[in-house]
Amino acid sequence: MNPPADPGVFPYTRGIHASGYEGKLWTMRQFAGFGTPEDTNQRYKALLAAGGTGLSVAFDLPTLMGRDPDHELSLGEVGKCGVNVTSLADMETLFDGIALGDISTSMTINSPAAMIFAMYLVVAEKQGVPWTSLNGTIQNDILKEFIAQKEYIFPPRPSMKLITDVFAFCADEVPRWNTISVSGYHIREAGATALQELAFTLRDGIEYVQYGIDAGLKVDDFVPRLSFFFNAHSDFFEEIAKYRAARTLWAEAMRGRFGAKDERSWKQRFHSQTAGVSLTAQQPYNNVVRTALQAMSAVLGGTNSLHTNSLDEALALPTEEAATLALRTQQIIAYESGVAEITDALGGSYYLEELTATLEDGARKYFDRIDRLGGMVAAIEAGFPQREIAESAYKFQQSVERRERTIVGVNDNTAGGEASTATLYIDEGAGERQLDKLARLKRTRNKSAVDRALDAIQDAAKTGKNTMPPILDAVRAYATVGEMCDALRHVWGEYEEVAVI
Amino acid sequence: MKKIRVVIAKPGLDGHDRGAKVIARALRDAGMEVIYTGLRQTPEQIVSAALQEDADVIGLSILSGAHNHVAPKLMELLKARGLDDVLVVIGGIIPDVDIPKLKALGVRGVFLPGTPMQEIIDFITANARDRIVR
Repeated sequence: MNPPADPGVFPYTRGIHASGYEGKLWTMRQFAGFGTPEDTNQRYKALLAAGGTGLSVAFDLPTLMGRDPDHELSLGEVGKCGVNVTSLADMETLFDGIALGDISTSMTINSPAAMIFAMYLVVAEKQGVPWTSLNGTIQNDILKEFIAQKEYIFPPRPSMKLITDVFAFCADEVPRWNTISVSGYHIREAGATALQELAFTLRDGIEYVQYGIDAGLKVDDFVPRLSFFFNAHSDFFEEIAKYRAARTLWAEAMRGRFGAKDERSWKQRFHSQTAGVSLTAQQPYNNVVRTALQAMSAVLGGTNSLHTNSLDEALALPTEEAATLALRTQQIIAYESGVAEITDALGGSYYLEELTATLEDGARKYFDRIDRLGGMVAAIEAGFPQREIAESAYKFQQSVERRERTIVGVNDNTAGGEASTATLYIDEGAGERQLDKLARLKRTRNKSAVDRALDAIQDAAKTGKNTMPPILDAVRAYATVGEMCDALRHVWGEYEEVAVI
Repeated sequence: MKKIRVVIAKPGLDGHDRGAKVIARALRDAGMEVIYTGLRQTPEQIVSAALQEDADVIGLSILSGAHNHVAPKLMELLKARGLDDVLVVIGGIIPDVDIPKLKALGVRGVFLPGTPMQEIIDFITANARDRIVR
């Protein structure tokens, strides 16, 4: 087997930077959000004070699903799994006292990504920060929602239109923003193997590039702003090989399939997060060790930014103490372990190189199958990746039940009792406060300006114009996430999957 | 003996359906008749499904924290439709403090992350209503 090219050299198997982490460590970005924007704003200030170098917003389910707190389906869900953001007023509160020009912000938002991103842009506008200097990422990855996480609103094809509108808008107006984070994380959490995570995520990335080109964009104008997001799971060497294979496959696809000329289009940048699904409710302190090992593999695989999970996350959203310990875990890897001083330290290992090559080959076979199905959107419509993942999830569970696979503290080594840990309890107060604020907003804003702006969104959706400018206008008029999504539901309809077991 | 009929439902806005699908398949492989409702079902829809399918058991998968809203409504509707003898179990992320509240409402089993499938199968087999007397 030939040794791969050096770090910084195409196809970047060994890393996109020749000097690894020497010039710049990975960004330590802890995903956080709960309750009201006021609650989360406090947590962000604490994370920044503790040495966090970027923010990452977790939204609640109503926000993710484009529903206002006063919608029937939002009952009991407001502020539970993340922060509730209903209108620009909430976004202003969320970033109160945080200068958007000085930080980078990642926002985990998909179906309503354009609306939430527009709110962030308007907050920057109000802070006097030019859009050209903003740094950050919106997840904006709808394909993995259909495949795995299932937080979709509109059918696949109009959803892709909303995404390519963001690509086009940012290429002109917000050039440093990462317009998408093509995510394998949720695919893996849903039960995919490392190979399936790799293959489906990369093929999703290829699909977005194809749709961008079909929408009239030039490959090198938007591909450099595409980023990725992988799951840092437990099989130490397989995970490192997965990141290396991902960089290789992306570089090949961008240069080969799409003829990209700019090397920034070839270089895959990715965030990683330790595997939530690997955390156990039993013996929760074991999770600190799992997370440290998973984070170490992501660093050895060359991650560009990292989230480490908290020990209590199989039980609840993390407490501030648990979140701080998680951040400390990656700081110890960064500053004490010495691994950040060497680039791709395991490159050339017979075992790792073989694993990397095996994963690459397996992914190429999946690419062929999906190409034959007519691309990823068509494969999703046919239920192909969904079935593959459900099958893997069931096999995994069976292997645990049969004790072919050991999970310490769960199906083996269960003695030693349950170390109890305090957990964060989110009461119904956040929901009540958000409902009050929404009622007040609806009394005070200019209703006719809101209606005009919502009509303009519908008009853009019907005529195929870029939806971002009318969405920005609606945000400025304090239209809510639910109202903006309803405007598009009216034109595009809602997606319902066929449930299969 | 007739097969135990189970409706597996995913209420609320959450789409994380790995657990619901895995348990649905495990119950089916254990010889039960399983109907999976799909995502985002309201309590009304779940009760209608249970009625239509003549279900002996309703299994709810909830990870989002919505159980405190969903469970009371569901139990009330079951009572109103005369389905008190349907066994209701919940699996997912449920804070300890909420478990007694759910039990008081009539939810018989609450299964937290890491519960072996066999334990859930055994619980349902032991506690589902007796179909012969019906």
